[in-house]
Amino acid sequence: MEAFLNNIDRVVDGFSWTVRLALLSALFSFILGVLLTAMRVSPVPLLRGLSTAYVEGVRSTPLTLVLLFCGLGLNSALGIFLSDTVAWDVFWWAVIGLSAYTSCFVSESLRAGINTIPLGQVEAARSLGLTFTQNLRLIVLPQALRTVVAPLGSVLIALTKNTTVASVAGLGVQEASSEMKLMFDRGIAPVLPTFVGFALGFLVLTLPMGYFFSWLSKRVAVVR
Amino acid sequence: MTSTPLVVLENVNKHFGDLHVLRDINMTVNSGEVVVVIGPSGSGKSTLCRTINRLETIGSGTITLDGEPLPAEGRGLAKLRSDVGMVFQSFNLFAHKTVLQNVTLGPTKVLRMGKGEAEARAMELLDRVQIGNQADKYPAQLSGGQQQRVAIARALAMNPKVLLFDEPTSALDPEMVQEVLDVMTDLASEGMTMVVVTHEMGFARRAANRVVFMADGQIVEENTPDEFFTNPRSDRAQDFLSKILTH
Repeated sequence: MEAFLNNIDRVVDGFSWTVRLALLSALFSFILGVLLTAMRVSPVPLLRGLSTAYVEGVRSTPLTLVLLFCGLGLNSALGIFLSDTVAWDVFWWAVIGLSAYTSCFVSESLRAGINTIPLGQVEAARSLGLTFTQNLRLIVLPQALRTVVAPLGSVLIALTKNTTVASVAGLGVQEASSEMKLMFDRGIAPVLPTFVGFALGFLVLTLPMGYFFSWLSKRVAVVR
Repeated sequence: MTSTPLVVLENVNKHFGDLHVLRDINMTVNSGEVVVVIGPSGSGKSTLCRTINRLETIGSGTITLDGEPLPAEGRGLAKLRSDVGMVFQSFNLFAHKTVLQNVTLGPTKVLRMGKGEAEARAMELLDRVQIGNQADKYPAQLSGGQQQRVAIARALAMNPKVLLFDEPTSALDPEMVQEVLDVMTDLASEGMTMVVVTHEMGFARRAANRVVFMADGQIVEENTPDEFFTNPRSDRAQDFLSKILTH
């Protein structure tokens, strides 16, 4: 235990990468998720088809495969670099892979939220002369979002834990799990305290998220 | 009252699958006129009402508003809809917006009216339907009758050329029907052009210039309320009236 605590800076450093990965991926998957949802409900068949194909395709692909494709495929094999420093290069590829994957789940949650909005409200908005995008922006998405705050919280928790797949899939971001592996490999601290320490670290991250999102979901709920 | 044709339907037909819901509908609504559409369930009267702002598309025929044919889609259609107010059976207020925001949304976002002006006008309309003191509440906090009056104010805020009412009192508790009908009667007497689908025969007698009786997707009879209720010509109308007026 003491050996583990002596290396606490490694732990903190690992989790700081985990948090950066999770936050940036959350931001991008939210933006992409909203865009996919807007396409999914648009009156243009081509956009609907593209969105459906993307969501169904990427959602059904294991995250490891998606991240391997980003890391070994696009990054290494095709030689596409996003930063001059290796650490940030793999970091951005991990963000892209995680966002590409997580956006599907954001989109599916939002779509479920849209389905709870009575069609009559959409018709009322149309009959006032609102365009499709105004309808989506002012009436549909705000209500859909409030309905799916709790499921989106679960998506964020899953995303936070999924950041650990990046290093396993060959994107060597020095996030928490790869720090843990390093400490195991080099015998820096006994295995059990190290494992328990890192596991608790994830608990500290995700547990408040869960409470926060269920509080928020009650607070913003639309009364019908 | 002027008699300029405002809404004109010519040879309108519509199918829902095999069901022929609108059969060769020809109807003209003049400016300032109140037309009440009545008929048994499934006669196509709601569908007819909804075709006028193209919430339902039509199979064949033409519909014009103020001489212009209805645009098929896009911004032209949105513009047309802003000129045609609609009040629904189930109110359809925006649940995440306050009463005031429900009424100002159209004017600010569609007509690009300033917020202050839109709010002042909204308060005027809400006072007119006697609900100004509830402006900051959410729809779910109001009774059905109050919600429907807000919905009428919301439609009026767009200064529509014509107001469509699709069974506006059918979802209301009996004691709330009158407060909504009173608002509608006032509007009618002020010269608002209205198409009203309803089962409220009292309102039809009192406020309508003309009654259109529909059955099986057709307009069977069209007359002044007095003439229609005392002297229905078709068997279908006589049968319908005998069922609803005897008790």
